[in-house]
Amino acid sequence: MPEARRASGSQPAVTVLPDPPLLHLLLPKWLTARSRTLQGEKGRGARFAVLGFVGFLFWAFVFGVLYRLLTYFRGVEEIGQLLAGKLLGLILLGFTSILLLSNVITALSSFFLAKDLDMLVSAPVDWLRLYGAKLLETVVASSWMVLLVSVPMFTAYGLVYDGGWLFPLLVVALMVPLFVIPAVVGSALTLTLVNIFPARRTRDILSVIAVLTAGGIVLLFRLIRPERLARPEGFRSLVDFIAVLRTPTSPLLPSEWVQKATMGFLNGEPDWLAVYLLWTTAAAAVVLGALLHRWLYLTGFSKAQESAQRFVRSGGALASLGRAVLSPFGVLRRELVLKELRLFFRDTTQWSQLILLAVLVVVYVFNIKYLPLRGEGITFFLVNVVPFLNLVLAGFVLASIAARFIFPGVSLEGRTLWLLRSSPMHVRDLLWAKFWVGTLPLLLLAVAIVGVTDYLLQVSEFMFFVSVASIVLLTFALSGLAIGFGTMFPQFETENAAQIPTSFGGLLYMMASVAVIGGVVILEARPVYGYLSAKAFGTAADPTEMVLGFGAAALLCIAATVVPIRMALTRLEAVER
Amino acid sequence: MIELLKLTKRYGDFTAVNGIDLVVPRGELFGFLGPNGAGKTTTLRMIAGILKPTSGTIRVAGVDMTADPITAKSKLGFIPDRPFIYEKLTGAEFLRFVAGLYDQQGDEVEHRARELLALFDLEEWRDELVESYSHGMRQKLIISSAFVHRPEVIVVDEPMVGLDPKAARILKDLFREYTNRGHTIIFSTHTLEVAESLCDRLAIIVHGEIKAYGTMSDLRRDLQGGERGLEEIFLRLTGENAARNLVDVLDA
Repeated sequence: MPEARRASGSQPAVTVLPDPPLLHLLLPKWLTARSRTLQGEKGRGARFAVLGFVGFLFWAFVFGVLYRLLTYFRGVEEIGQLLAGKLLGLILLGFTSILLLSNVITALSSFFLAKDLDMLVSAPVDWLRLYGAKLLETVVASSWMVLLVSVPMFTAYGLVYDGGWLFPLLVVALMVPLFVIPAVVGSALTLTLVNIFPARRTRDILSVIAVLTAGGIVLLFRLIRPERLARPEGFRSLVDFIAVLRTPTSPLLPSEWVQKATMGFLNGEPDWLAVYLLWTTAAAAVVLGALLHRWLYLTGFSKAQESAQRFVRSGGALASLGRAVLSPFGVLRRELVLKELRLFFRDTTQWSQLILLAVLVVVYVFNIKYLPLRGEGITFFLVNVVPFLNLVLAGFVLASIAARFIFPGVSLEGRTLWLLRSSPMHVRDLLWAKFWVGTLPLLLLAVAIVGVTDYLLQVSEFMFFVSVASIVLLTFALSGLAIGFGTMFPQFETENAAQIPTSFGGLLYMMASVAVIGGVVILEARPVYGYLSAKAFGTAADPTEMVLGFGAAALLCIAATVVPIRMALTRLEAVER
Repeated sequence: MIELLKLTKRYGDFTAVNGIDLVVPRGELFGFLGPNGAGKTTTLRMIAGILKPTSGTIRVAGVDMTADPITAKSKLGFIPDRPFIYEKLTGAEFLRFVAGLYDQQGDEVEHRARELLALFDLEEWRDELVESYSHGMRQKLIISSAFVHRPEVIVVDEPMVGLDPKAARILKDLFREYTNRGHTIIFSTHTLEVAESLCDRLAIIVHGEIKAYGTMSDLRRDLQGGERGLEEIFLRLTGENAARNLVDVLDA
């Protein structure tokens, strides 16, 4: 409450307005994070151990790859250093694009849709403090992943080029503005968009734009076939090659300044202008962002309260067709399936991911198409082993898709479980609907991917049959695991479906999936090798070996389908919400 | 119609509901009162089959909820206090979906859904996604969903929250008419006027135990309340000193 006090003499009353500091606004976030970390939850130790282990593996992998590459570059006269700089520039450019995209989306939540905004906007909080607090929140929420990846990367650069103890300090000084600039630009972009469209509509538009951009970048990158650039013999002369390397990727972007400052420091020629440019640009961006915020925020926030009213005609031909097709399954299962489909296709953040999926499949098939499997030195074995290994990659693609679309299914029911639990419905009906709505499209995709790639590779009939049968069984297993892990590690409170696959349970699911895919391939390897040897050398294949190998692989898939679903049933029965 | 025998719910060391015995016969409108955290919602959610009791028995229309939950739930409709529903379904689709959960479909369901939506002034919104509904409209839709399959028993947690006066009045009339037709309704509320004017019988629950139980005249007689209203009886049972200390609080 404003506190008024009477000044001495005839001075008018002075009203001292409350002035909560910026950090006070962030206090609830900090306290929430702290209590989450300190919570004595069951299995927390194991959870941290697994996360720590996976995180360490990831760091070790990134560090290992870069360390080897940079050591090799360092040994190459003339162009080695240029290559290292070019690589860093490209990585940082990637980081900047990711940061910009993620900031645009995060800013929409933190500035316009967050639950604490009603309280903060109605409280006597200065506009600048609100901007500062929300900007900081946006920076942290959207940059932590990039920060984690950059640690092993800069470590590798620092070690290979003997950066010394000052190097980590320089990196911190460079990365702070690199994180701030995209956050300011992203939030300004969001602010402008929200002033044009209602917030919910903006979220839809942004998610489609983000997915299209990400898909476009991946597709473009693949279609230009960067592997050709790795062959200098393709260039007319070494001078041409060096000229390409010397050309800055994007001289006006902060990522280029970070690259120049880093490589300059590592090569003993510090580029202070780049550091100066980074900090002044970040400062100017924050000032301009704050001014834009002052000018547009309240109007935008008010507009964000408007809902995107959507009129939906539910008696369409598609709905009737769905009803007719699903009628043999009974009223309950039909309604559950229809509900799943409606929720999916009406949620832009969900279906828009199908675009990424399409890109992923195109890139995958494209890669297979350009595999050098013709000509000299390519044996019968290689041609037939590649489609077998193709199973691993296809399985991994399918597991990622299942993690994105099937794994979150049960978590998304969190807020409506009261309805499902109080109705006369067996939990198995709910899981049945979720399993089949997820598995059928996945199955079609799996058969299409493997079928098309096998066709492109012109594999033998035997390998075609083995790979198609394996991928069908694997698809069931991956769906079963997704339902199982998704139910055993639910995220009932999460409103954002996209965050669910990145949870601890999601991580465990991916690990389990990789284990099952690996298991199937290992079990099938022996009989496949036996068959191919027999074919190549005209000997007879051992039928016992084939029955045992393929039988065990099939059993593994069946177990991976049934056991997790049974565990999910028990778990969901026990959920009390 | 609803029978609770020694119903208990514990969360670790904390006992939310402690050995409740209660019988609500067919055709009765029963009110469940108590201060915040007294165990009302826990009891209602156990009756609805959402929470499992630590011990004790729940029978809905003669069916044991633990032994045969599906049959027991088929006779129930539940209205929660927080209106969370599928944001991407329309009002009409949501009602159709709920009817489907009870294995009901067809013209009769469509007719009931239309009537219920019209009753709560939601007719124009029937084909709008729920995400564009206000809090009160969602509450009305959930109330409609509990009636769409014509259950024998309706369990309601805080029915009046978020409703406008017209909808609140309609709901009261609907409750009364529904019980007149032989169905049973049990509801919790903090609005004592509603409880006093609407309920056939009441129970006041404090710290997970029923402290008073019966018709208004039973409560007055048992607590020697004379002509006192429900508010005074309620405060006496749940700690009226809280109201007395206001002056100290505001002077602090």
